[in-house]
Amino acid sequence: MPRILILFAHPRLEKSRINLQLIKDITTIPGVTFRDLYEEYPDFDVDIKAEQQLLLEHDVIVFHHPFYWYSAPPLIKQWIDLVLAHGWAYGSAGRMLEGKFWLQIITSGGPESSYQATGGARFTIREYLIPFEQTARLCKMTFLPPLAIQGTHRMTSEELGIHSRRYQKLISGLADGSIRSEELTPFSYTKDYFESVEGK
Amino acid sequence: MHHDSFFYLALVYLTAAVIAVPIAKRLGLGSVLGYLMAGMLIGPHLLGLIGEEGQDVMHFAEFGVVMMLFVIGLELEPSLLWRMRSAILGLGGLQVAGTAIIIGGLAFLAGLSWQASAALGMILSLSSTAIVLQTLNEKGLIKTTSGQSSFAVLLFQDIAVIPMLAIFPLLAIQTAGTDSASSQTWVGSLPAWLQTVVVLGAVGLIIAGGRFIIRPAFRFIAQTRLLELFTAAALLLVIAIAVLMTTVGLSPALGTFLAGVVLANSEYRHELISDIEPFKGLLLGLFFISVGASINFSLIVADPGSILILVLGLMLVKGLVLFVLGKVYKIGTDQNLIFSFALSQVGEFAFVLFSFALQNGIFDAELTGKMVAVVALSMAMTPLIMTLNEKVLLPKFGTEKTNDREADEIQEDNPVIIAGFDRFGNTVGRLLKANGIGTTVLDNDSDRVDTLRKLGLKVYYGDATRHELLHAAGADKAKLMIIAYEESEKNENLVHLVKKHFPHLQILVRTSDRTESYRLIEQGVDHVYRETLDTALRMGVDAMRMLGIRGFHAQRAANMFRKHDETVLKNLSAVRKDKKVYFSMAKSAIAELEDLIQADMADTDLERDAGWDSDSLREEVLARFQTPPKPEEPKVTS
Repeated sequence: MPRILILFAHPRLEKSRINLQLIKDITTIPGVTFRDLYEEYPDFDVDIKAEQQLLLEHDVIVFHHPFYWYSAPPLIKQWIDLVLAHGWAYGSAGRMLEGKFWLQIITSGGPESSYQATGGARFTIREYLIPFEQTARLCKMTFLPPLAIQGTHRMTSEELGIHSRRYQKLISGLADGSIRSEELTPFSYTKDYFESVEGK
Repeated sequence: MHHDSFFYLALVYLTAAVIAVPIAKRLGLGSVLGYLMAGMLIGPHLLGLIGEEGQDVMHFAEFGVVMMLFVIGLELEPSLLWRMRSAILGLGGLQVAGTAIIIGGLAFLAGLSWQASAALGMILSLSSTAIVLQTLNEKGLIKTTSGQSSFAVLLFQDIAVIPMLAIFPLLAIQTAGTDSASSQTWVGSLPAWLQTVVVLGAVGLIIAGGRFIIRPAFRFIAQTRLLELFTAAALLLVIAIAVLMTTVGLSPALGTFLAGVVLANSEYRHELISDIEPFKGLLLGLFFISVGASINFSLIVADPGSILILVLGLMLVKGLVLFVLGKVYKIGTDQNLIFSFALSQVGEFAFVLFSFALQNGIFDAELTGKMVAVVALSMAMTPLIMTLNEKVLLPKFGTEKTNDREADEIQEDNPVIIAGFDRFGNTVGRLLKANGIGTTVLDNDSDRVDTLRKLGLKVYYGDATRHELLHAAGADKAKLMIIAYEESEKNENLVHLVKKHFPHLQILVRTSDRTESYRLIEQGVDHVYRETLDTALRMGVDAMRMLGIRGFHAQRAANMFRKHDETVLKNLSAVRKDKKVYFSMAKSAIAELEDLIQADMADTDLERDAGWDSDSLREEVLARFQTPPKPEEPKVTS
């Protein structure tokens, strides 16, 4: 069974209606290690060795964070800078993450319609995530289609419930093997996978 | 028995001290009383192990008092005096003057001569520095209002001894008929006004000598780097001044006190104190033993009623004067009660001044004998009445009583209890309060408690190591217990109590140093906070930045160092148990520093952050280009 590591980063979780709901039932799924990075490292003092050890012990690395300024909150960047070290994660001698999967769960206030060439944000989520995709690639990891939960500003609780259930389904499916990572790769977004599955 | 052999006397005195003092301390009576009781036991009136030669020993041991004054002088930092000037002069001055006048007046009414009355008033106005400071320290009250006020008064009294010693010969000269002691010196034969001139001249001589002769001399001796020579020089200084003063017929204590004050600002202050301290302690102990031995039980037994009345009356007068002054100086009621009771005895200086007055012919032997017994009894009563005050009076009149109404409605469901609210605890409390976290505060400074109450904080006065108080503070429902007393013993007691009765509470403890932290870790406390660690690291960060190291790097280096240091603390705590058996305290501190530095060197990761360091990446890129680059012209282009 693949082991899942969720690296969750939200500097203001206590005020986030969406994310509190999203993580509520995730943390207890068997085979999942849930790490609240802002709780773990309030001083940004990332424990490199501990984090690398955790990476070695898991197969799917999930980054769950709000989409601040078209990117991740700074602790994620701090984590990437320090933990994905040259000679360990990348470089000719760095092969420790080879074959693992990189999955991003993102919440954004703006709706999906905005993240189009013709919309306010002018670029798609996938375009904005190119630096992460390339980081995963440099570390010889497979970048899975992100799960983007968008339009949170105006999201109703029913809609939030749908997203919540999809998120749970995704993680527990990956953890118990009912969803294989390879099944996801043909899609641009994990949402498309769910729509294709649910549409059947 | 060889009653007069030196070794026999030493055997008797030391045995008595070694047995009696620990027992007295165990009973909470303090070391001074222990020595006194030892003296009473071995004295001619009880066991009779020593006889009249006790008087000679007493004269010898009086030198301990001379040394004590030297040390007091050394410890009188001018800046401390200046900071406390209003309390010292106001509270202290009024206490000495008021008590002296009232007691002197009563003595005069009782039929003593005006000289004897004045001398008696002055002597009995003093309190016991040794007993009071020790008692307040043991009860953890020294930093409270009552403790600080007591300290100021005691300081004034210590200084007031000097003019008293200077005035006594003047009082004696008026009754020249009975005086034979002071005429042995040439000063004694001079008229009174000239004696005063001589006093002032001698004072001037010592001040000038301290400035221009003693300091260069000590510098010269210190350069030899022979420790015992410095001790010898320190002793020589004290003895030389004493001899000089005796030759001119003045008090040796006055001279050495002045020399102490003159040297208080010198660089040799601490060495002098630590050199003289053991001699002082030993001689003072000897002195108290001889005083104890000289207490004439037949006088007490002959008239126990009048002695008892004298003791109680004396303490009542002294206590009342103190209480009134406390009111004038707006000390809260229960702090004032502690203050008044603490200082109501007569101090050890009385013994010195009595024998001095006896020599000067101010008192006769009978009055002196009676008064020495009264003074000793008043000292013996102090721990008893302090306990009485704590157990009976404070619960009735103190602040504690006023919280009964609130305690009834169980409003204490604050998640945090803070025990100890001095400069450390109050920072923690303010941070929590600023973030809307309810705290219940326990403190044993009732004035501080009153102030905090007015500001709307839930504050309980009292000793947090009492189970009922913790219960009333809501320890059953709270989540955290923050223990932030300055005294480590109190912290440890409280940890013990909380672990026993409120095991659900998470405990956070303030400690002052590593040794304390080790003890707490051994007790199973996980959250130990050394009060100076973070500040010292911040200072280190600033120092690094001033040397040009960039701020972010310095900050992260300090974070890393703190984590490393905390790991080392936990590791060494485990190792320490074996070590502490073998090393004395001082040695183990050095051995520990060694361990620490070795641990620092072993942890090579203390300077890292390789993620932002492109060295290894550069090497790899360089290696990829087949031609090895010459050092001068790197071939790398992007």
